[in-house]
Amino acid sequence: MCGIAGILNFKAGSVDPALLRKMIDIIRHRGPDDLGFHLQANVGLAHARLSIIDLAGGHQPMHNGDKSLWVTFNGEIFNYVEVREQLIRRGYRFSTLSDTEVILHAYAEFGEHCVHEFNGQWAFAIWDNKSHKLFLSRDRLGVRPLFYRVTPETFTFASEIKSLLALPGVPRELDLIALDQIFTFWFPIPPRTAFKEIKELPPGQSLTVEEGVVTTKHYWSPHFEPPQNHVREQDYADELRDLLLDATRLRLRSDVPVGAYLSGGLDSTLITALIRQCTGVRLKTFSIRFDDPEFDESPYQQEVVRFLETEHREVRCTHADIGRIFPDVIWHAEKPVLRTAPAPMFLLSKLVRERDYKVVLTGEGSDEIFGGYDIYKEAKIRRFWGVRPDSRVRPLLLKRLYPYFPNLQQQSVAYLQAFFHARPQDLLSPFFSHLPRWELTSRLKIFFSEAVRAETRSYDAYADLKALLPRAYPGWDLLFQAQFLEAGYLLPAYILSSQGDRMAMAHSVEGRFPFLDPRVVDFAAGLPATLKMKVLNEKYLLKLCAKELVPPRVLKRPKQPYRAPEGKSFFHDRQPDYVDELLSPASIRSGGIFHTDVVGKLVQKFRDGRAIGVKDNMALTGIISTQLILNQYIQNFGRRYTDA
Amino acid sequence: MHNYQTELRQFIVENFLFGREDKPLSNSDSLLEFEIIDSTGVMELVSFIEQKYQLELRDEELIPENLDSIDRLVRFIAQKVNV
Repeated sequence: MCGIAGILNFKAGSVDPALLRKMIDIIRHRGPDDLGFHLQANVGLAHARLSIIDLAGGHQPMHNGDKSLWVTFNGEIFNYVEVREQLIRRGYRFSTLSDTEVILHAYAEFGEHCVHEFNGQWAFAIWDNKSHKLFLSRDRLGVRPLFYRVTPETFTFASEIKSLLALPGVPRELDLIALDQIFTFWFPIPPRTAFKEIKELPPGQSLTVEEGVVTTKHYWSPHFEPPQNHVREQDYADELRDLLLDATRLRLRSDVPVGAYLSGGLDSTLITALIRQCTGVRLKTFSIRFDDPEFDESPYQQEVVRFLETEHREVRCTHADIGRIFPDVIWHAEKPVLRTAPAPMFLLSKLVRERDYKVVLTGEGSDEIFGGYDIYKEAKIRRFWGVRPDSRVRPLLLKRLYPYFPNLQQQSVAYLQAFFHARPQDLLSPFFSHLPRWELTSRLKIFFSEAVRAETRSYDAYADLKALLPRAYPGWDLLFQAQFLEAGYLLPAYILSSQGDRMAMAHSVEGRFPFLDPRVVDFAAGLPATLKMKVLNEKYLLKLCAKELVPPRVLKRPKQPYRAPEGKSFFHDRQPDYVDELLSPASIRSGGIFHTDVVGKLVQKFRDGRAIGVKDNMALTGIISTQLILNQYIQNFGRRYTDA
Repeated sequence: MHNYQTELRQFIVENFLFGREDKPLSNSDSLLEFEIIDSTGVMELVSFIEQKYQLELRDEELIPENLDSIDRLVRFIAQKVNV
């Protein structure tokens, strides 16, 4: 895990080392252990290293034997041992024990197809001296980030956007279309980012720069194809357990100690249990404990700690903590967010680092691929009812949704029907599963200024996303379509980045995700929908697989999605100064993104204690985070409010 | 003497639309159809009515027939107050 950056000048001029230095210095949090540069004529590569594998021999940028290839690499190739053996059999000689050198030789052997050999999480760039080609690649599911900018003169890339914005002559402007997308889907559709001219290499894609021409290519995307033959449930469960065990085993490869995040839910508990099977040593686990019982899962965490006998540490998270660290959270997230949920993850990685750990395994990705989210259940009920809209019995199932939202549970069936009804035209939409969420989020655009509304009025975010759907998508089961939207978009753009990589790397911690092993992902994509959600029982097969490995109470507990307090974090007795500053009419006006009076009324609603709903809370978080982006990235680049 | 219509309109426009009416809300407009109200919005509306008019709303009264437009709200509240 590291930070990477690079410059390729299209014209003959040599790369200015000071610029490269500037790019890598601003992301040193990603790699505090070592720093390296490679400069040759019009190419410059930089690397900030977090040493995890081959501590002595893994210095980067690294070259192959004849120096025809140079690589700067962020991430891990977990199956590097096996790929290395394969390459040795083909005659390659290795001078280090690192996975980085495996990338170099695999590229030499397989060219751009080398990525198909890798089981890992990566973002890397290879400079090929023979063909004068720059090759960039990002892992299948977008665990590791990679951004770039192209001008007629240069191609620049980096692990984080701030490296690119630090360069002279780069416009620091919010992309209003991206903002519209965030206030619809919660994420900008890649390659778009929150900033004009800065692009993200989407997950599962590679990029080449050759003779000044930039080309991107998909090498992988999620594909759902259930099997034709009947397989016994227990056989599936046994196969899954073996796969997960091996995925975990590979992710324990490290020359430094590895810990685990423990939420108290099924996914992280199962991963912790599997680690225990692999290592047999007492594992160090880490958790967040919320003061607010609405969000706290510590009783379950404690039960797992006792059951699996881990050495446990927890960080207590209060409303005030979230408000205090939020500017830093947004500095690292590099985009507006509508939830404060990344903030506790920031505190958790800090705890891990303070305990001298820099690698953790987590349960991320399971809900996406094994059917754990409530949105899947909601879609199933809505469609079940939508095809018989006159049914009086079918809408009663709506009461089964969202047990952790008291406001919703108090509603009459008549209102639930009104909120979750499926209009005839909705049934035809490719986004049927996500329409209620996206329509609710889109209502937040009421806070946009007239200028932003004028700029985005004719923009249709759904049309842009629809254009990117795979050809087979319309024929997929409703559950698979919803899974594709979650795993293909929300997972990389929000869960793995804003909540994942960025919050962990803020404190130089690497997350590893056994559920996102490509073999596990392919296995899950090939399961019948009924094994993911059996009637309304989510993650059915995973529960079957975990039955003998996790405490029964964890197996049976109702699903509790990870959430964090919002409005209360920003408005309280000792609220941080930046809240009033950023929400003041003068600040809103000078930012130009939001409408001063409309925001003023929302702020008043919070001050009066009248704001209780999801929509108001998302609006507040979205406005504060956007104002922080404006303030820390555009108006005063590099400004930091806190020293968290 | 309460002017229900004015008070309810003011509450809805301020509280749910934050003062921003792209198209003036008519008294018969459906709060659901125009996406003015969501699940929490119903609770906010009920709390407002209960506090403002000193009424107690029963669970079975919390239905769109009573609450889903300014006209319906006015009719419903007037009925409750007069009982």
